[in-house]
Amino acid sequence: MSLPLLKIDGLSIGYEGADGVAVPIVNQVDLQLEEGSTLGLVGESGCGKSTLLLALMGYYDSGLARLAGKVALLGKDPGALNEADLQLFRGGDVALIPQNAGQALTPTLKIEAQMLEALRLHTPLPAASRQDRILQLFDRVQLPDPANLLGRYPHELSGGQQQRVALAMALAGNPKVLLLDEPTTGLDVTTQQAVLALLSEIALESQTAMVFVSHDIGVIGAVCERVAVMYAGEIVELGACNQILQHPRHPYTQALLSSIPKLGQAWAFKAPTSIQQGQDRRLSGCAYAPRCEYVGPTCLKQKPRLTRDQDREVKCVQLSEIARMVAPAGGHKGESKMVGQEYVLSVNNLSVSYDHTGWWPFASRQERKLTVREVSFDIVRGQTLGLVGESGSGKSSILRTLIGLQKSFEGEAQLLDKFDLTTPVAHRSKACLSKIQMVFQNPDASLNPRQSIFAALARPLRIYFRLSEPEIRAEVERLMAAVQLPMEYSARYPGQLSGGERQRVAIARALASKPDVLLCDEITSALDVSVQASIIQLLKDLKDAQGLTLLFVSHDLPVVMALADDVAILQRGQICESGRVEQIFNAPEHPYTQSLIKAVL
Amino acid sequence: MVNGQELSYLLRLVIQRIFAAFVTLGVVSMVVFAAIELLPGDACQAFLGQMAQGQRLANCRAEHQLDKSPIERYGIWAAGLAQGDLGNSIKRSKPLEEVIGPRFRNTVILGLTAAGIGIPMAIALGVIAAWFRERKVDFWISGVAIFFMTIPDFITGTLLISLFSVWLGWLPGIVIMRVDAPITEVFSQIGLPVLTLMLVMIAHIMRMVRSSMIDVLASEFVMMATLKGLPRWRLLLLHALPNALLPAINLIALNIAWLMGGVLVVEVVFNYPGIGRLSVNAIADRDLPLVQAIALLMAAIYVSLNLLADLLTLMLSPKLRTQRVQP
Amino acid sequence: MSGAEQTMRLVLRSTSGKVGVALVIFHIVLAIVSPWVVPYDFNAQSEVLEHMGPSLAHWGGLDTLGRDVFTRTLLGGREALLVTIFGTAIAMVWGSLFGMFSGFKGGRTDEFMMRAVDTFLAIPFMILLLLVIASFGNSVIVLMLTLGFLYGIGVIRLARAATLGEVTKDYVLAAQARGESVWVILLAEILPNIRDALMVEAAMRWSWMLLAFSALSFLGFGVTPPTPDWGLMIANARIYMPLAPWPVLLPMIALSSLIIGINLMADALAKSLGLDRVQRMPL
Repeated sequence: MSLPLLKIDGLSIGYEGADGVAVPIVNQVDLQLEEGSTLGLVGESGCGKSTLLLALMGYYDSGLARLAGKVALLGKDPGALNEADLQLFRGGDVALIPQNAGQALTPTLKIEAQMLEALRLHTPLPAASRQDRILQLFDRVQLPDPANLLGRYPHELSGGQQQRVALAMALAGNPKVLLLDEPTTGLDVTTQQAVLALLSEIALESQTAMVFVSHDIGVIGAVCERVAVMYAGEIVELGACNQILQHPRHPYTQALLSSIPKLGQAWAFKAPTSIQQGQDRRLSGCAYAPRCEYVGPTCLKQKPRLTRDQDREVKCVQLSEIARMVAPAGGHKGESKMVGQEYVLSVNNLSVSYDHTGWWPFASRQERKLTVREVSFDIVRGQTLGLVGESGSGKSSILRTLIGLQKSFEGEAQLLDKFDLTTPVAHRSKACLSKIQMVFQNPDASLNPRQSIFAALARPLRIYFRLSEPEIRAEVERLMAAVQLPMEYSARYPGQLSGGERQRVAIARALASKPDVLLCDEITSALDVSVQASIIQLLKDLKDAQGLTLLFVSHDLPVVMALADDVAILQRGQICESGRVEQIFNAPEHPYTQSLIKAVL
Repeated sequence: MVNGQELSYLLRLVIQRIFAAFVTLGVVSMVVFAAIELLPGDACQAFLGQMAQGQRLANCRAEHQLDKSPIERYGIWAAGLAQGDLGNSIKRSKPLEEVIGPRFRNTVILGLTAAGIGIPMAIALGVIAAWFRERKVDFWISGVAIFFMTIPDFITGTLLISLFSVWLGWLPGIVIMRVDAPITEVFSQIGLPVLTLMLVMIAHIMRMVRSSMIDVLASEFVMMATLKGLPRWRLLLLHALPNALLPAINLIALNIAWLMGGVLVVEVVFNYPGIGRLSVNAIADRDLPLVQAIALLMAAIYVSLNLLADLLTLMLSPKLRTQRVQP
Repeated sequence: MSGAEQTMRLVLRSTSGKVGVALVIFHIVLAIVSPWVVPYDFNAQSEVLEHMGPSLAHWGGLDTLGRDVFTRTLLGGREALLVTIFGTAIAMVWGSLFGMFSGFKGGRTDEFMMRAVDTFLAIPFMILLLLVIASFGNSVIVLMLTLGFLYGIGVIRLARAATLGEVTKDYVLAAQARGESVWVILLAEILPNIRDALMVEAAMRWSWMLLAFSALSFLGFGVTPPTPDWGLMIANARIYMPLAPWPVLLPMIALSSLIIGINLMADALAKSLGLDRVQRMPL
């Protein structure tokens, strides 16, 4: 076997904690990469995967430093290079494709200037032929109309184009290794598909090795041969991608995979034993032990090592134990009850346009741009309608209109046949306000950081009902119980809760007024997958227990399918297809729906 | 590569901004006029003080057309302004242009010299401080800057006079010159006032450039440029600096405009015959027409500096320049 | 979580914060107790020669009128502090309310307010100040109200910008969707979140107002003689500085130490609240 291209030995990266003890972000990682091979690094946010990736280029975020271990890339240690060599090494031997190309390209320089710079630094090409080389590279990354792009600034390109430019720039120096830091996260599903296809093609053709970091194991599966699953700065499972995807062995990998809803499969979610999310890096035992459902006495005492187990390496002492506990608990799809046919929410021919403000005499009169065009739907009591669409499809505008915060729109919307939802929020009656409530995308933003959880839950109670203080307290207790949070949490502030817990509070706040309809705006997209799964489970429980009616908006088709009874697909402001979930999934008619389903399969 | 579409968009923006500046000035002239109108007594009463009685007052009022209604007078004033006629000084009984003109020239010389030397120095110091942030170099640059931006400029001026003029005898302390002295003479006298203004200006602008630069240095594109293997000078000058200066341009302009208000005190300290000292004298003399004209002139400087900054930002920022021409 | 206490602790953790707070407290205490502790009557003229240098009897020497400089320096900050503290309070209250309202309302209201603010900022505030004082006198009330009004205009901008950063956040949307009234949203939801920025702004504004006030007295418009005041003392004694430095230096040190103290405190406050990246404009 040839010398490995990249060899990492016992690498630890961390910072000095307040008490002077080093806190590792990346902990004792060993990895190898052969020439031309592809490796995925997967894990939740904060697991240290990006830190590890950047360390391969000798780059540490401020405050971080290498604590121990060795890195050898092409036999060079980026940490030991002098400045001139490091400049040649970066971009020449190894190149990075950033998460957000829109932010990573210098806004004041034209694309051409930034490409030329890369070529001048890392290739011996004469000045005259650099232009041609750029066009070649653009062609390579399948950028349409390359000549036209050269004179543009980064912000004039679409997200997909920016990402391709970043890729071309990385390829400019003919690097031996490409490092990819969540390169498709900011993109729409369809664009993401195309970029991934391009990446795997490049990986196959050019014999460039890749290290691909993502929180999305599905994305990794599309590009990489091998995958390393990271948790709390450690690699917990390492092996061939398809093997691990199909037969995860480490409990964390299993949880990670099972919490991703899959199309066409019954939702089989096992709630993790703890919804607590923090990853404690200073445990003497296994880092995953506090969350693990197979935890045994040795796990807490002794740090496990990454050991060979058949076709892969796994860091778990309980493997044989787990193998014995065959636990494919058959999931069940919640029986949708048909309790009468009462329409809770009816929307008829709703069109929404941008709110136009300004009275400037010279301002060019923008033609009225519709974000939503003649959308109609009804929701029956106790049912969930999933509204699916990519960003910009107008799904949030619909919710804003229903909640009364949109100014310019046309059409009808009725709540319970008695409330007109075209009235702006300021003119709605309390009865109407209390019947329709909304949960927002990001709980970090939707809860006032300066308000205790109790105060947040008490606010709606005070507005809608005349309650005494003890009654409010009792109500808050009921709400906290409904979202499965301990009452002690009510004294805390949002900053002291995890993302998932915060979203539970936001749901509880929306439930406080005992609404008939709950509008959910991408409420799981800001959360990690395992947390996302527990929130979906919570909504399902609430639906079954309280007969809640939901309008669930998301860009994530599998999530919607896991929860909804009916689904409507939005494309550029119009509903292109709608119907029962099974029907849409099994026999999508509209080409856009077909492409969406294909993209996530 | 500025294509036709981009150019027409740019042109429209520029015209829009210039128009806005004129609207602002128009409104400012009304506010200034109204403010002076609201003061107790009219210009003649204010000027004559105890002697504001009988024939004297009536004559004065007739001479300065105070017997007309405020709206009429505003009309006359505004019409005069549009033709470059500022009106007459009550005290000096001569056209205001003759009173203001040479002093305005002196103030412009003072301000431009201080800004011309100060701004480039401030940018350089800001970049250096940001690059070495939280280290010794930064500590000293920032510390000295905080000192000069905090203490009042009349203290800085007084101390500089004692140091450079009385003690060392290098530069003339108090300015002694005729209002319409030739430029060479002006330059031979303005060392210390320029230095005073410059120190405050550098302190303020350097702090802005520093913090803007630190933000940019922490941005993703600077990290990306680092990981591309760019040499340090290229990174700083080509990738970081333009992006750090863009948001700072407007603040710098506002700051200079504000510092120009401080010119008033500096001119008094150094006895410099500029528009600032003139305005203090005009208020002391209750020469309201003169005060009114100076106020408007200073507002015009403020508005044009802002306009300049707006246009500069527009020229330098591809994002603003090409907003409407997206694919 | 007592926010104020925690913030104070953070401010006091840095050396510059400690020095700043100590200087500010020292000056405020001095301003309150000085009438009872000064050795001489501030207006009493000594029979001895003018320009007398420091002596045991007169630590700071005598000024041109033979008055005790040390006494006058101790008393010289009282009116400045009184005017600027209340002036800052006035500026912060009216500026924050208008700014928050403007930022929250958005649309034409906001655009109109911002045009108005721009227009006011274009008027040279020093001339306006001098003019108001020349016409209405330099009583404490006039100074407070005028300074409070003028410096509140800048607060509008800041409060608006801070509010704009908050209104798009979902908690404000949630409150609106809940049917809360505008003032509840502004005061109970948004204000606690922009409080930090306003606090830092108040400290900065205080120091700028003090600069303006001392400039006014330097120009002879701030306080009426014979009331002792630092700016006025510097203005009157500065031409004799080569001969008698003390009557200039003492008030200079007093004034500078107060302003530097306020700035150190403001910087430490901004740093401890994580707001030291915000770029500020005097006015």
